[in-house]
Amino acid sequence: MNTNKAANPPDWHRRLIENKGGLMAVLSVAAIAVGSLVELVPMFTLEFEPREIEHVTPYTPLEVAGRDIYIREGCYLCHSQWVRPFRSETLRYGEWSRASEYAYDQPFQLGSRRIGPDLHRVGGKYNDAWHYEHMKDPRSTSPGSIMPPYKWLYDASWSGDDIDASVAGLITLGQPFPQEQAGNPQAHAFKQAKAISEGLKEFDIEVSADKEIVALIAYLQRLGQDSKAMAEARAAAEGGE
Amino acid sequence: MNVHVTQPETQGSAAPAVDYDEKIVKQFFTATVVWALVGMLAGVWVALQLAWWPANLDNPYTTFGRLRPLHTNAVIFAFAGNTVFLGIYHSMQRLLKTRMFSDALSQFHFWGWQLIIVAAALTLPFGHTQSKEYAELIWPIDIAIAVVWVVFAINFFGTIAIRKVKHLYVAIWFYMSFVLTVAVLHIVNNLSLPVSFTKSYPIYSGMTDALVQWWYGHNAVAFFLTTPFLGLMYYYLPKAANRPVFSYRLSIIHFWSLVFLYIWAGPHHLLYSALPDWAQTVGAAFSIMLIAPSWGGMLNGLLTLRGAWDRVRTDPVLKFFVVAVSFYGMATFEGPMMSIRPVNGLAHFTNWVVGHVHSGALGWNGFMGFGILYFLAPRIFGRIAKPSWVETHFWLGTIGIVLYIVSMWSAGLTEGLMWRAVGEDGLLQYPNFVSIVDRLNLFYWIRFLGGAMYLVGAVMMAWNLWLTARGGGSPDAELPVAAPAK
Repeated sequence: MNTNKAANPPDWHRRLIENKGGLMAVLSVAAIAVGSLVELVPMFTLEFEPREIEHVTPYTPLEVAGRDIYIREGCYLCHSQWVRPFRSETLRYGEWSRASEYAYDQPFQLGSRRIGPDLHRVGGKYNDAWHYEHMKDPRSTSPGSIMPPYKWLYDASWSGDDIDASVAGLITLGQPFPQEQAGNPQAHAFKQAKAISEGLKEFDIEVSADKEIVALIAYLQRLGQDSKAMAEARAAAEGGE
Repeated sequence: MNVHVTQPETQGSAAPAVDYDEKIVKQFFTATVVWALVGMLAGVWVALQLAWWPANLDNPYTTFGRLRPLHTNAVIFAFAGNTVFLGIYHSMQRLLKTRMFSDALSQFHFWGWQLIIVAAALTLPFGHTQSKEYAELIWPIDIAIAVVWVVFAINFFGTIAIRKVKHLYVAIWFYMSFVLTVAVLHIVNNLSLPVSFTKSYPIYSGMTDALVQWWYGHNAVAFFLTTPFLGLMYYYLPKAANRPVFSYRLSIIHFWSLVFLYIWAGPHHLLYSALPDWAQTVGAAFSIMLIAPSWGGMLNGLLTLRGAWDRVRTDPVLKFFVVAVSFYGMATFEGPMMSIRPVNGLAHFTNWVVGHVHSGALGWNGFMGFGILYFLAPRIFGRIAKPSWVETHFWLGTIGIVLYIVSMWSAGLTEGLMWRAVGEDGLLQYPNFVSIVDRLNLFYWIRFLGGAMYLVGAVMMAWNLWLTARGGGSPDAELPVAAPAK
């Protein structure tokens, strides 16, 4: 019956490996270990461009809280934070994304889909009031948008204790928070939130500083700021002016 | 001496009947059907949300951002996972001519895995997530997964240790690679520092975290949705076709090259990112090479049907398997192509990727799963209540997949080309992002229709199998399944 090629199988493979479960297990782990080690190990010793990383700082305590909301709501499932070095992308979004910008992204938020636009350069693109209205009713600022409204961010409050725990964790993981933030993270967060809610009053928007939307706005407005600092330093170094 | 190696279970057919654990097979059978419905329903729902945003229902728990991870986790770990466990617990006992190593460990594995799925369903809608795709589950659940996996591994290797057949059939190699590699991937990618019971931060940051995640993410595709399913193909396809595997030599070559090459492919998810260039290039090169072992597996499956093609017209189980293996071939052609830099530059971030993934998920994993369920139902329950419904399910599913992937190709090319269109004036031709989103609406509706057809087929299957199980009939699995194949 066996007239096919299998009539004369490689006997050594059968004798040495297929009859021995333990050896097969070891070899199959060895097979996946090669690629894993070659690709991952160098990434653990990644060094950033010194002239770039000096402009990158950890997110402030309030931005950390906003980032946790961004993660909780799954924003990354529709929005990337990754501008590719294409002309069409730098035209649409701005400067392409550098590795050093992501240094304090734990977890990373590059994303894999653009159901909505990239957000890596969104900080400073719109004012706080725009974000406030957009998150409440996306179609009020972006007609035709398919983004759902996020009304609960206007009722729920961020927790100062959670911020303290988060910042403590990130410090343990090696993030160099400046002393004025690390000393009392929630106090720093409240100060930054207060400034945002005060600023919104100019647009006739009354919002308490402890609302989640304020933390999220703080985070969104931060995105891309380090890139701007890098670009300014680059321009200065080249003596462009 | 070696003539029996190409067909599962022809060895030892004269040996006394083995008292297989049929209970665990039935349990995973039921779980596979139930979670198929849950995972696919969630998929159709999120598809509707993109076509018609009010389907987000204006509350936190059902927004796209929280339901999409529920959909992906449910179809990968609940539906596909239980399919694999069903196939392993059924075929492994028969291939090794022994009962599982420990019934208690089998039960722990089954109930532990179902509890993990329930925990996922109870945390993801509440926004408890690590935000790593297919590794969203929070750290306490990750620890539970590790514990259940170790128990499964002990049971798996224990069964190999007490086997009554010396030779390990090719299906077992693929199962083994699945058990070991998934453990490595899961542990390395989930290393993190808890800051509360529901929140943790990964020990990696930035591009390192991104590479660890996509090393994991792509190999979840490779070692959760590919190698174990190839193992299932090597057992159930020859069984259903009653033909020996086409080439034993090819199975050796494609097994080792597949597991060696696949693990390198992760960086193709990060082409044109800030990942070091060498890593991008290595990842893309290995991804392109992957077409060889992938098509080796596909051809070994399809050519196993030589001389049995006439039965594909009449045997619905073979129909499901043939379409599944064909979609495996198509997805593994498309994947290497999409790893070529300029193609990736166009396809990345678009719906094309979603279409590509669903060629694999709906075509390969889904249809392998359905084929195995329909193969096993008569062997467990002695009959199938409504055989004609199986045929209807097959066509609903097949047409649904075609509508799905064609609409997603169209949507992906549309948005990819519109994003990058720069006029002669050097400016973007479509500077308003929403105007591009608007163009996709029709494609999103067609995709919703395709997904809904696929779901209706699965509902028919569940109803059919429920009638089959309720109708009784003596569970006489030993007779049709362990009989000599020729």
